[in-house]
Amino acid sequence: MPQNKGNKEANPEAPPVFPSPHIRKGISTTRIMHTVVLALLIPTAASVYYFGYNAILVIVVSVTTAVLSEYICRKLRKKTFAMDGSAVITGLLLALTLPPTIPLWMMALGSFFAVTIAKEAFGGLGHNIFNPALAGRAFLQLSFPDAMTTWVAPTGFSFDAVTSASPLSDAFSWKTDELLLYRELFLGNTSGSLGETMTLLILLGGILLIVLKIIDWRTPLAYIGTVALLSFALGQDAIFHILSGGLMLGAFFMATDYVTTPITRMGRITFGIGAGILTILIRLYGGMPEGVCFSILIMNALTPLIDRYATAKPYGFKKETKGEIRSS
Amino acid sequence: MSQNLGAPCQPLVKKGDRVLTGQKIGDSEEFISAPVHATLSGEISDIITLIDPSTDRHKQAIVITSDGKDEWVKLNAVTNPDELSAEEIIKRIREAGIVGMGGAVFPSHAKLTIPDSVFIDTIILNGCECEPYITTDHRAMLEYGDKILSGLNIVKKVVAPDNIYIAIEDNKSDAIEHMDGLIASMDDNDCFKIAPLKTRYPIGAREMLIKVLLGREVPINGRACDIGVIVHNVSTVKAIYDAVVKGKPFIERVVTVTGAIRNPKNLLVRLGTPLGDLLDYCGGIEGEAVEIIIGGPMTGVSQPNPGAPVTKGTSCLLVKESKPAKEQDCIRCGRCIEVCPMRLEPSMLARYARAGRYDDCRRYYIDDCFNCGCCAYVCPSNIPLLQYIRTAKAELARKADSATE
Repeated sequence: MPQNKGNKEANPEAPPVFPSPHIRKGISTTRIMHTVVLALLIPTAASVYYFGYNAILVIVVSVTTAVLSEYICRKLRKKTFAMDGSAVITGLLLALTLPPTIPLWMMALGSFFAVTIAKEAFGGLGHNIFNPALAGRAFLQLSFPDAMTTWVAPTGFSFDAVTSASPLSDAFSWKTDELLLYRELFLGNTSGSLGETMTLLILLGGILLIVLKIIDWRTPLAYIGTVALLSFALGQDAIFHILSGGLMLGAFFMATDYVTTPITRMGRITFGIGAGILTILIRLYGGMPEGVCFSILIMNALTPLIDRYATAKPYGFKKETKGEIRSS
Repeated sequence: MSQNLGAPCQPLVKKGDRVLTGQKIGDSEEFISAPVHATLSGEISDIITLIDPSTDRHKQAIVITSDGKDEWVKLNAVTNPDELSAEEIIKRIREAGIVGMGGAVFPSHAKLTIPDSVFIDTIILNGCECEPYITTDHRAMLEYGDKILSGLNIVKKVVAPDNIYIAIEDNKSDAIEHMDGLIASMDDNDCFKIAPLKTRYPIGAREMLIKVLLGREVPINGRACDIGVIVHNVSTVKAIYDAVVKGKPFIERVVTVTGAIRNPKNLLVRLGTPLGDLLDYCGGIEGEAVEIIIGGPMTGVSQPNPGAPVTKGTSCLLVKESKPAKEQDCIRCGRCIEVCPMRLEPSMLARYARAGRYDDCRRYYIDDCFNCGCCAYVCPSNIPLLQYIRTAKAELARKADSATE
């Protein structure tokens, strides 16, 4: 029997060699990203409905800048550019967290920062520490605090914007009964960021992703649950805290970002609880009316640490085996 | 010469010797090892070195040129197997070179030699296929059901368990009915139970069977007998019957030939048959398919040499058209962790393995992994996780070898 090392130099006729498994489930990163984009379009529809042309303009500028920035970065880094949809998500998410009246050049700058500094500078998809969209929002908030806190009431497709306070800010006052407030918050008929106001549709998009097994239900449940429990324990209106601000969008679409949040189940619960505590602390005792953005960013930084300790015990694990394995 | 999980055998014959079918041609002094027998009669034409594609290690092989007569050695059959003692049974199993046919090729006599401190309460007869596409166990149950049960009774005599489960996947209702009928017609059948299990890979792995049937977990680096269980594959038990009753050594096995092949089928094949002959017998390769895989689609290994022989662990020969998938960066989606039946973190194992930090893989319990390949199957970034893990295991084993030398 001839000896055959299996490489093409030894025998060009030899059958090829591939690593097992030889079958695959056939789900790709690109398909996952595109599904997320689809789910995100559901709340996006609400922002267009409530904020009209402004919303469309802001979103188009944000997404275009994000994709262009990604393209330029990949080319400069001499890497292949793939339309994997991750830049679209970043652009879309960032736009949804911003006030509808944000100047377009500011929007473009934020989107550019999100993709180039927060994502590509760290090595691109899979390597960034912070959620790019939230890093972009934080950058804009620190650079242009005025524009970032100018809220308008929803006006639909009309150019007459009326400034008003957002429900979470101090200037906000609500004159009528609570049930009406909850309803308006749930349907998004309040002033606020582009995509943060319509709780119903965010919930729909989020549940769609959970059903399709794209995101883990543990994170949003732990996050929203913690916010509800903690605000209730501190004598606050728990329902108001859940429905207002960016909590829903953050819990379903940002705290579930694969790259920047823990990879283990235990870790994801830990992440949600941590983000929930931070959100309430910032909302109640911090200098800003809203804390979702920074609470997720802080938890992003803690993610490698969480991953290290929040691990499951493997099959057949016993206390004694632990020492045995480590010493061997 | 190395067809079992333990020590390789040394050749007992030299070039030019004439051997008969069933004659022992290789053996080892080590306890965890099993002898090898000539699978046809003829002349020893060469002793060569082959590369095992799954471990990338050199292994000795004896080449026999057939004389076309297939003359057998005189088999040492017993007339009344019930009178054999447990020691005699184990000795006969060892002499016949029986190893587990599910894939692990662990010597059966070693599996049945149970330390006095251990009490075995359960035997699980594994009739679940080890991988999708493979149907050897299914066929074996239908063709050799009675012999399997006789073999099981022999094993029962050695081990004396309280319970015997016969695990069969629920999509093989004919096998369930067949085995059920055979058990009903048997005397003393109280402890036999058929366990239909949901067909879900990797249910054929002993770790999964024990967990699903008994709720117990095999300790890391431990053996199933540590928790009072012995798992035997159906074909292995049939071979035990042949060995103990007829004195027939392990020289043939059932192989599923499937994939892009004209007439896919299960074949009873003499060990040592070149893989290419099996493909030709089944009508040859269909279409453009070029990859030849030994084993199933999940854990099988590409064999670049169609002249390589069928061995004791060859359960399947799969021909496939394979497209290389481009590996992308990990997006930390966690699917591999979600799917891992051993609750490991394949992504971390692969990351350390890729960095060459094999010792760090131990911190993530690499020894617990049984190579099911589910992690790589679900990975959306096409990362060959199993390949990385296997590399790390091979490197760790190599290191351990050089440390003992």
